[in-house]
Amino acid sequence: MQNTLAHLKRGEKATITDVSSIHIPLKLLEMGCLPGNSVELVQLAPFQDPMYLNINGTHLAIRKDTASHILIEKTTHE
Amino acid sequence: MSKQINVALIGNPNTGKTSVFNALTGLNQKVGNYPGITVEKKEGICKLPRGVKAHIIDLPGTYSLNASSLDENVVIELLLNKKDKDFPDIAVVVSDVENLKRNLLLFTQIKDLEIPTLLVINMADRMDRKGISLDIDYLEEHLQTKIALISTRKNIGIDKLKNLITNYKDISITPCLNASQIDKTYFDNLRKAFPNQLLYKLWLVITQDVNFGKTSRKEIEAVTNFKTKSKTDLKRLQQKETIKRYQFINNVLKVGQTIDTSQAKDLRSKLDRILTHKVWGYLIFFAILLTIFQAIYDWSGIPMDFIDTVFASLSEWTKNILPSGAFTNLLAEGIIPGLGGIVIFIPQIAFLFLFIAVLEESGYMSRVVFLMDRIMRRFGLSGKSVVPLISGTACAIPAIMATRNIENWKERLITILVTPFTTCSARLPVYLIIIKLVIPEGRLLGLSYQALTLMLLYLIGFGTAVVSAYILDKVMKIKSKTYFVVEMPNYKLPLFKNVALTVIEKTKSFIFGAGKIILAISIILWFLASYGPGEQFNNAENIVKTEYASQNLNEENIQQKIASHKLEHSFIGITGRAIEPAIRPLGYDWKIGIAIISSFAAREVFVGTLATIYSVGSEDVDTITNKMAAEKNPITGGALFTFASGISLLLFYAFAMQCMSTLAIVKRETNSWKWPTLQLVIMTIFAYIVALIAFQFLN
Repeated sequence: MQNTLAHLKRGEKATITDVSSIHIPLKLLEMGCLPGNSVELVQLAPFQDPMYLNINGTHLAIRKDTASHILIEKTTHE
Repeated sequence: MSKQINVALIGNPNTGKTSVFNALTGLNQKVGNYPGITVEKKEGICKLPRGVKAHIIDLPGTYSLNASSLDENVVIELLLNKKDKDFPDIAVVVSDVENLKRNLLLFTQIKDLEIPTLLVINMADRMDRKGISLDIDYLEEHLQTKIALISTRKNIGIDKLKNLITNYKDISITPCLNASQIDKTYFDNLRKAFPNQLLYKLWLVITQDVNFGKTSRKEIEAVTNFKTKSKTDLKRLQQKETIKRYQFINNVLKVGQTIDTSQAKDLRSKLDRILTHKVWGYLIFFAILLTIFQAIYDWSGIPMDFIDTVFASLSEWTKNILPSGAFTNLLAEGIIPGLGGIVIFIPQIAFLFLFIAVLEESGYMSRVVFLMDRIMRRFGLSGKSVVPLISGTACAIPAIMATRNIENWKERLITILVTPFTTCSARLPVYLIIIKLVIPEGRLLGLSYQALTLMLLYLIGFGTAVVSAYILDKVMKIKSKTYFVVEMPNYKLPLFKNVALTVIEKTKSFIFGAGKIILAISIILWFLASYGPGEQFNNAENIVKTEYASQNLNEENIQQKIASHKLEHSFIGITGRAIEPAIRPLGYDWKIGIAIISSFAAREVFVGTLATIYSVGSEDVDTITNKMAAEKNPITGGALFTFASGISLLLFYAFAMQCMSTLAIVKRETNSWKWPTLQLVIMTIFAYIVALIAFQFLN
């Protein structure tokens, strides 16, 4: 099953697999949200939205609807 | 020799670009606007070795050359236009050592424009703590540039940077990315049609709506016979370009940068756990706001009282020392009280900007955006609206300009429309003086009633803004694509120099910007209050003396009666009387009416106006507050400023749209008279109704 970034839980890590949806703003890609990069959910605001992410060392916040277009693969916990 | 080098400082937001600018230029800087638009233009002069001078422009912060806002457009338009007098001889890209990878994206884009590009890696002092090490030689070789590793915080590397700028001609202009890698056929066609143009430049013109020189997007489409791609296709190519650039950067950094994460001490995650917490986060935010208001009240009281006294005695001294006449009166009754009305608010305004600057500099503001987004969205706003709404407490004008980074047009428009409800610093003087008059002293849990009233007024302003946003969101039918990306920068201890420069610059612009208007109005008012038409004014002395002849008044009383009779029949008195019926139900007399009318130039004129009117009205020099407290209601004979009329006045100022400059900015930002007109009419009617209800209910 394809997972999206919107499904990530607090503290979980994943690898971004696809960002080709046209609903993803170019700015997000420019800030490092690219396939192959790792992503961690740092914090969720109340009502689970927006999401505070750490993408390869860049910390940023995006809304859940944008996150739902970013495909990921969850990293298994060691 | 007097050769001047044009230097453009470019960089992502939060890289300390402004600190670099401050380090290079010190106090040799000026802030203006780009012609025709309200984007702030910061420029300064820096002395370089060997007598060379550099003219430095601090361009707005941007993540890439793919502009998504007016501020970012400024960057591209300058870099694409060789004819611009500010076109840089050298571009200095400021990056932050912790986000080098992301910062390099912009670097590669600028380098591809074949402008000599120098890389500054700032915040070098944090490298050890974060376990980062860099191979500068390797990076210089593979990025084909010169690198200055600096720390503005520790003042390291600034001299090296100056040297590198001086020798800008040594820097290679080889591009990083061959544009035809993005889409070979497309770019080959482009190359054939425009053999003499830089491909990357053409590509930027195609994808952005910028104007530069001779080549416009339409022209490219007309000359080249191939179909321009659809918007979606272009966007896909832009995505591809970004990925290609990152591939290049990753390859360079693989060797040039090592990060030992085990060395990293992570303060931010600890702070974030508390500051963005769903309970603590909000409590802390609220506590910070509370502290700000208490501090503004308690700390600035002493300098304010001092300034008040100084101007009162200055006015008296002028009257005694100069020969009496129209000029002396103008000086003592018009200009000096008017100036006093401006100067007295410096302490408070400086404190307010101090807090805002510290919150911005420390990185805390982004956490507020994060915490508030979901709540604000419910009201049709964005988390990013919080920054304009908070800066609106300083002045609505920069606040409305700050809405530019809200990507969604509807959210942005609503923010613009409701921002004037937040309590700007121009309302502060009015609030302070009325609160002092009508709110009793005393404390509740260590907080003074007066400070609490002030806080309440700020909350009312903010609350009204939010509620009207909700209504606007429901009423307006605008469809626009929504997205929201906010960087959460590292926490930093604010740099004293940056904070101080912000406070000085903003206070200065308040004093000189608003000051000019206030002074001009004070003079006009003095004239209107000192002269009048007809028998009643010009023959006041005889009329009053005849009227009171039987009452045996002493000389002083007679003089007072004459003065107030004169004022009543002066130009200003006549105007005030004419509008009095309209404002009587709100509990105001005609003097307040005049002050309200003159407030349309700028709200803070209110105090200056009353100061002018009252010093014309009575001869003894005293502080403004005492004069206002002594003012009698002509009908009841009691004090004019009662609890009821005071509250009514406070509420009127909280809601009314009384600022011409704000209306002008709204017109410029929305490109239509429709929105500012709507603001003026609706806000003012609303203010009238609320003030009316408040006075009638409390009286």
